[in-house]
Order: sequence, then C-alpha cells, then structure tokens
Amino acid sequence: MQQQLSTFSVLYRILARDIKVALRRQSDVTAVFFFFIIAASLFPLGSGADPKLLSAMAPSVLWVTALLSCMLSLSRMYASDYADGTLEQMMLSNQPTVLIVLMKILAHWVLSGLPLVFVAPLIGLQFNLGIDQLQILAVSLLMGTLALSLIGSIGAALTLGIRGTGVLIAILVLPLYIPVLVFGAGAVNAVAIGMSPNGALSLLGAVLAMALVFSPLASAAALRIALE
Amino acid sequence: MKNMQTTSEINKPKLNWFKYASPKTFYPLAGKLIPWCAISAAILIIYGLYIGLFVAPTDFQQGEGYRIIFVHVPAAWFSMFLYLLMAFYAGMGLVFNAKLSYMMATAIAPTGAMFTLVALVTGSLWGKPMWGAWWVWDARLTSELILLFLYIGYFSLQAAIDDKNRADKASAVLALVGAINVPIIYFSVKWWNTLHQGSSISLTKAPAMAAIMLQGMLIMAIGFWLYSMAVILMRVRCEILERDSKAAMFRQD
Repeated sequence: MQQQLSTFSVLYRILARDIKVALRRQSDVTAVFFFFIIAASLFPLGSGADPKLLSAMAPSVLWVTALLSCMLSLSRMYASDYADGTLEQMMLSNQPTVLIVLMKILAHWVLSGLPLVFVAPLIGLQFNLGIDQLQILAVSLLMGTLALSLIGSIGAALTLGIRGTGVLIAILVLPLYIPVLVFGAGAVNAVAIGMSPNGALSLLGAVLAMALVFSPLASAAALRIALE
Repeated sequence: MKNMQTTSEINKPKLNWFKYASPKTFYPLAGKLIPWCAISAAILIIYGLYIGLFVAPTDFQQGEGYRIIFVHVPAAWFSMFLYLLMAFYAGMGLVFNAKLSYMMATAIAPTGAMFTLVALVTGSLWGKPMWGAWWVWDARLTSELILLFLYIGYFSLQAAIDDKNRADKASAVLALVGAINVPIIYFSVKWWNTLHQGSSISLTKAPAMAAIMLQGMLIMAIGFWLYSMAVILMRVRCEILERDSKAAMFRQD
C-alpha cells in the first residue's frame, strides 16, 4: 500500500535528502568553504598590508569572493540528479515543480551560502573591519547568499547537461548577480562612512523577495526545457 | 444550407493575422522590405549626420566634442530597446511556440550587441575630452557595459547548446530573465554611483537642448531603426534558409 504524503512532508524530505546526499561527499562542501577563505586571503598579498587600504577594500573583496564561491558550486545543484534520472522523477511527481526547485535551492544555500555567513566575519577581522561593520557584513551575507543561490539556480538549470558548463554559468549568472553585490557590499560600506546601512539592506531584501518569487518559476521552466 | 454558408465563409478572403508568422510566407515579405529599409536608413543617417556635424550649433560648454552625441545617444537607445524587443520575441516564442519568433530574437541579438558596443566606444571617446579619462564609472556607462555582458551571455548560451530547439527556448528564458533584471541593474548601479562618487558632470542635464540638436538625434534614431530592421530581416532570412532543409523550394524568390 503506497503511502500518500502531503506536499509539506515531500518538500521537507527533498530538502533533507539533498543535504544528506551532499554531506556524504563532504569534500565538495568543504572545498567551496576553503575556496572562500583562500581566495579572500590572496588580496592582501597582492595589495600590501596597509590596514586602512584593507578595511576600505574588505567589503568588496569579501562580497566578490562570496559571489564566486557560491557560483562555483552552482553546476552541482541539479547535475547529479539529472544524470541519474532522479530529477525527471521529481518533475513527474504530483507535487508542484516550482516548490521542488525551491527546496533544491534552499539545500544549495544551506550547504554553500550559509557557511560563508559564519566565516566571513572572521576573515573580516583580518581585513581590519570594526565590529559594527562585521555585524552588517554577516546580515548582508545572510540575505545576499540566499539571493545568489536563487538567481544562480536559473543559470544551473539552463546549462544542465551541456559541455563545459562551469565557465558558461559564470558568464550567464555574474551579470545578474550585480544588484546583490551592489547592495550587499553597499550596506557594509555605508557603515564604514558613518551612514545607516538600512537603505542598502532594505534594497537587498527587495532583490531577495523578487528573486524568491521569480527565480523558482524561471528555474522550473528552464528545467522543463532541459528535460524535454 | 448551413454547411454551404460555412464553406463560403471560409473561402471569403479574411484578414489573417498569422499569415506572416510562418517562415515560408515571411521569407519573401522580408525580401521585399529589406531594400526599402536599407535605402531609407542610408538617407536618414546621412541627413542626420549632416545636421549633427554641420547644421547644429557648437555647444558653448563642450565645444565641437559634443557632436558625438548624434551617434552615441541613438546607439544607446537602440542597445536597450533591441534587448527588450529581443526579450519580447523570445517571450512570444515561448508562449506561442512559434519558430519565427525565436529566429527574430536570435537575429536581433547581434545588432543589439553592436549598438551596445558603439555606445560604449563613443561614450569613452566622449569621456576623454569631457572627463579627462577614457573610462569613468558613470552609472549609465556602467549599466551599458553590463548590458553588453547580458548580450554575451545570450550568445554564449545559444552557442553552447547543439540542439537548436533547446537553444531557442533556453536562450529565450535567459532573455526574459535579463529583461526583468535590466531596470534593477540600472537602478542598483545608479544608487551605487551616487554613494561612491560625488556629482560628476552630468551629460543629460544639458541646459535646454537646442531644437535642431533634438531633431538631428531623432532623425539618427529613425535611421538606426530602419538599419536595424534591414539587418535583422536579412539575418532572419539566412536563419530560415539554414534551418529549413527544404529551403531550396523558395530560394528563387
């Protein structure tokens, strides 16, 4: 007798399964995390260790590095499920594709975006940022990385099953990341010059809200095209 | 009796909105339109350049250097307009599943990217005497650069997918996503610009532009529009021939 599951429990299971599968191959998850730390540490070596210069650069350096590390793991978002046919079965299920896609995006964010929120303030300390800036950095990354996963999902879905997707995803997704970068780094910069970060954070929230509505729709459409 | 009526109704020549939606009927129509568009585009662009270079008065602030505006501003308009038009055709393609719409979107992209590049190059040429630098991170210049990136993304995705059908649809989704993002990117860059830079010299706040200057720019814009139509229709015809294996059928037209 087949058990009938509610939409809610199906979605929860998809999220839990994605995280579980990813954690079985921990090297993939930790690689992104270490990429962020290593790449951010290279900048002072290139620019010199002047504390004033470093703290001026820090918001953009940390945000661009976060952007790149989120992007690096995008190609994995749907690839393995696509390769073994799981994705097709998910899309054939009676649950809305848009919500399934949203769960996969959330799983990606938990594994690649969320860890950066915790480690970025530590790197920020190396860049001579003040406590108030570090707080805003963490808050802006918390909202911004979710938006990055959402927007990136469209690129991952469009390039599913294509040769050499890594570079292609970068070209498709990086221009779309610009508003997130501008408002995320802008919030931290605003604190540095003694302004309120609320304006930038609100706009970042608006971008996140828009991405939350549109990007699962666009990703689901792109996945349907890829699976045709 | 009733049947008779319906057959006569069918036979009655009616305006068919979708007549030219098929590549087969569109191909000869495009062929007829191209020379008209091309000739009138050449006339208008030459006339517009004449107004811009000889008739329009010298700007008292910027001297003769400002005359690049007659190419720069219409090119910038069309770079954005053609992106939206491309997204429109891409959307039509997704909704009606019409091949010709996808072909139009594909054909528009190179012209749009060309105008973006022209706007960027003329912008930096204008920037040198005005700002003293080839490139300034001005909000409009920066968003134009990002628009070029969006065009490049569109080309890259299309080139990467071998299956034409999928390439059409995937790039259509990308064009629509990009079109939603264009205003967001523009305002984010504008906001970023005001935060980081003090007020730089604004080029659009030219005090009450002379009527003759506006006239020259509009003539150039219409000329660019006709040029775009000619080139896009030519490209659509090539696309139709390339895709349709039975194209030899109407190659004589």
